[in-house]
Amino acid sequence: MLKPGAVFAAAWNSLAFTAKDPAEAIKNAGYSGAAESSDIVIKAPDIAENGAVVPITATSNIPGTTSMAIFVEKNPAPLIADFAFSNGAEPYISTRVKMAKTSIVRVSVKAGGKNYTSSREVKVTIGGCGG
Amino acid sequence: MAEAMKMRATMEGDVVDVKVLIQHAMETGLRKDAKTEKLIPAHFINQVVATLNGKTVLDAQWGVGIAQNPFIGFRIKGAKPGDKVGVNAVDNLGTKFDGEVVVA
Repeated sequence: MLKPGAVFAAAWNSLAFTAKDPAEAIKNAGYSGAAESSDIVIKAPDIAENGAVVPITATSNIPGTTSMAIFVEKNPAPLIADFAFSNGAEPYISTRVKMAKTSIVRVSVKAGGKNYTSSREVKVTIGGCGG
Repeated sequence: MAEAMKMRATMEGDVVDVKVLIQHAMETGLRKDAKTEKLIPAHFINQVVATLNGKTVLDAQWGVGIAQNPFIGFRIKGAKPGDKVGVNAVDNLGTKFDGEVVVA
């Protein structure tokens, strides 16, 4: 059995993941002051029929990208995930997220000590957060 | 928990494309049980680390917004067939999930 401390670099960022306001989630995750960049490519459906499972693929073409975070701004908890890349991992992530309703999906990255961001809207027909 | 994680790692040029599926409810803590009307407690994978031959390549933190039975795809440059890709994950209740696959 591996101890979490032996594997995971940092403690879970509960401040960022529990923030309800997107700006606060972005700030607490360390992605404030990001410049808009078309070098972050977000692949997502224009319309998601089922908000419970929305495929998102994001690629950063910004040299020196070391981390990437995905935000769904209208979700009860906007920060979905934060990924740090090292030892040859490309700044690329493909995953499936939950969307409560139609929202801006934002992908922010850190590269060369600066923050960059890009976003696109995904329309949701049936929300996927339940309750 | 060998059954809980499925992995595939295939070469695409000089990059290995890794796909991982983990069986997990990913409960948000916001959903009500239909019968009891009580909130179902949050239960979700919140940390995931991927390694190539034991070296960390991806260090991820997740919130409740990752979909049920999480899927994650990532790419590692400089890997070759025979290399080992490992994934360690843990949820908010401390349950651990791990998997390993040899690059094909």
